[in-house]
Amino acid sequence: MAQATQPQQTGKTVLSVRGAGKFFPGVKALQDVDFDLHEGEIHALLGENGAGKSTLIKVITGVHPRDAGSVTLNGTEIHPNHPGDAQALGISTVFQEVNLIPTLSVAENLMLERQTRKFGLIAWKKTDEDAKAALEILGLDIDIHRPLGSYSVAIQQLVAIARAVALDARVLILDEPTASLDAEEIKSLFRIMRDLKAKGLGIVFVTHFLDQVYAVTDRITVLRNGELVGTFVTKELEQIDLINHMLGHELAEVSAHRHQDEGNYTGPKREIQVKNLGKKRVLEPVSLDLQAGEIVGLAGLLGSGRTELSELIFGTQRADSGLVFMDGEPVMLRSPRHAIRAGFGLCPEDRKQDGIVAELSVRENIMLALQGRRGWLRPIPRAEQQQLADKMIKALGIATPDSEKPVGQLSGGNQQKVILARWLVSKPLLLILDEPTRGIDVGAHADIIKLIKELCDEGLALLVASSELDEIVAFADRVAVMRDREKVSELTGAEITQENIIEAIAR
Amino acid sequence: MKINERFYPLVATLAVLALLYGYGIFEHRAFSDTYVLGALLTDNAFLIITAVGMTFVILSGGIDLSVGSMIAFVGVLMAELVTGFGMHPVLAAVISIIVGSAFGALMGVLIAKFDIQPFIITLAGMFFLRGMCFLINLDSVPIDHSFVSEFSGFKIPLPGRGWLTASAVLMILTVIGGIIIAHYTRFGRNVYAIGGDRQSAELLGTPVHATIIRVYALSGFFSALSGVVFAFYTASAYPLAAVGVELDAIAAVVIGGTLLTGGMGFVIGTFFGGIIMGVIQTLIAFDGSLNSWWTKIMIGALLFGFIVLQRLITRSFSGMRAGAG
Repeated sequence: MAQATQPQQTGKTVLSVRGAGKFFPGVKALQDVDFDLHEGEIHALLGENGAGKSTLIKVITGVHPRDAGSVTLNGTEIHPNHPGDAQALGISTVFQEVNLIPTLSVAENLMLERQTRKFGLIAWKKTDEDAKAALEILGLDIDIHRPLGSYSVAIQQLVAIARAVALDARVLILDEPTASLDAEEIKSLFRIMRDLKAKGLGIVFVTHFLDQVYAVTDRITVLRNGELVGTFVTKELEQIDLINHMLGHELAEVSAHRHQDEGNYTGPKREIQVKNLGKKRVLEPVSLDLQAGEIVGLAGLLGSGRTELSELIFGTQRADSGLVFMDGEPVMLRSPRHAIRAGFGLCPEDRKQDGIVAELSVRENIMLALQGRRGWLRPIPRAEQQQLADKMIKALGIATPDSEKPVGQLSGGNQQKVILARWLVSKPLLLILDEPTRGIDVGAHADIIKLIKELCDEGLALLVASSELDEIVAFADRVAVMRDREKVSELTGAEITQENIIEAIAR
Repeated sequence: MKINERFYPLVATLAVLALLYGYGIFEHRAFSDTYVLGALLTDNAFLIITAVGMTFVILSGGIDLSVGSMIAFVGVLMAELVTGFGMHPVLAAVISIIVGSAFGALMGVLIAKFDIQPFIITLAGMFFLRGMCFLINLDSVPIDHSFVSEFSGFKIPLPGRGWLTASAVLMILTVIGGIIIAHYTRFGRNVYAIGGDRQSAELLGTPVHATIIRVYALSGFFSALSGVVFAFYTASAYPLAAVGVELDAIAAVVIGGTLLTGGMGFVIGTFFGGIIMGVIQTLIAFDGSLNSWWTKIMIGALLFGFIVLQRLITRSFSGMRAGAG
């Protein structure tokens, strides 16, 4: 274990965890973890998937009862039984997925179980005023009577924070709040976090984005494999050291640039041409060539049309103009089924919703595309399924005890590998990856990027949409830059640098 | 100003009602008379009372199939208490309502604590209560008591030729009570929250189990009350009464604009939904040449329309969990 430095106090300790332990059958999810949160600080909680971040938060908020250790809030030991208890004590949590009620109005979401009552009946006027006041703290000016679901996810996230803060919270836990926000929204979230910090709140901030850690936090606590690595002052910790703490090993290969001449694919030349593919109000016509053994990056900001282009090529959305040609022959792409038959694959952006079938086993998930391609009348023999699944689990390093575990119980990185495996067994010609590394910890991240490169060497054409420029720069042979639902530029070879991409986006 | 999305289904319900009623007045002069209105309120009283309870169940994301059997069971139980034990009808009614609420609460406990599909539990409740009817009584029996004839004789005259009966007054009071519970109590708001997203509601500190138990107890209460009104209204009890009323009640709730998946809707909408179903029936009766099955066909078409409308509204919502509720 690395030496934990003892930073100078920024305020008095509000939340203190000592020797926390949580054991699930066969797994030590959390072991002997100490964690201190001061008043008026933003404290990053970092670690790879499975490091114990979520478990620690669940122990603090009472989702899981702890098996060892103590949690004290303002000097008193607490034993919350569910998040409601913790809330009442002053520990509020905002989860990654907005946990509010989309069908209720904004005001009601803010005031649920906290409405002012007169003679046992809700006094709506006062309740609405309280709701408005809660939003004013965040400088949010929206119609509180409209259903929450009619607002964007970003605003819903802010409403969740407003609710959390309005509870006289002493401790605010933000569990990956930035995952679905764009750059502007993240900026205003940070401003709000600093405001709350100035008011003396202790904030625990869980994220995968290291630049955000440096932008906003005061201290960092790193967990690894359920154990504490150490607590550090953000300013005194170099990013490279932080990554080392998180991974416990050097991570050099991630940033290695793959040049075109490094491609090892020598098989037959196959070509996929996208010609003027577009759809009204969704995407301006885009043309793009892809070759077997080539990785094409798709860069651009959130909402620039990256996902839309992926969906049009895969037939999830039907294009109203343009065609896709494979080796000069037009391909009919009226639905994903046609695309799969044609040898296309898509790893969607929203893994949980559109990618995995959580209740099905790893094996069944891996078989889906191949079976879909063969048609349901020709089932794949069980022995063959088993063999393929085992092969893939080994080849991609999927961390699962066996092939029958439901995919929903694996970590995000491993789920992504299962989806990759699904397409690999169906031997596609073109694989479209939409944000393949989103929500995946740094270690699995490197694995996935390594996999992408290997796939390419085996003769796949890859189209990878990503918002992380360093990632695109690291592996792409060519980069198509999207802006405002249009392809604005295409970079090749030595032109592919972060600066050039940013310039193309900004131009 | 833009109308709040939540009111769209209610607006649609009102539009349908206005259209049907307007058509009735246009085609048949007698339709505008308050006599028709009074008859609508009376004839549909027991259905609307049941449907108010059903509104809470559907808002919470559940379903209660036992209400039709409950109406019959309460009738048979009351007949037994009044004629067999010589009890005063009001006391018999109070006992019946307590039994009905308790039975609802029991189903709620099973649904909440054991996390079983409400469809299954209330289906079992439906068969159980219907069977219990026959255990008490095999035939149709009259409920003979001076109070019952007083109840059916009670009339408040309306301007015109119409009047309000005791059933109608009770129904209107029930609707008002339902509105207050739904919109002015924490319990009511928690029902909406649970129907909107149960998982989130739990994380927001809503007492999910207690609320679900109370929802089914409330549905038991309203359906038992409806059974009492039905028994007084018909002055008889019959083990095969009110077969399929659970489905009529669900239809009234949906036509009233409540989201079948829960979380959105209004008690007042259910009132209008019930009235719409009554108006359709009355229109077909007025016409005379149409088979009464046309009622079902029209209600079916309306249901389709409303379910599609609801789907369109919720589809525009972001952050709506797939299969929420």
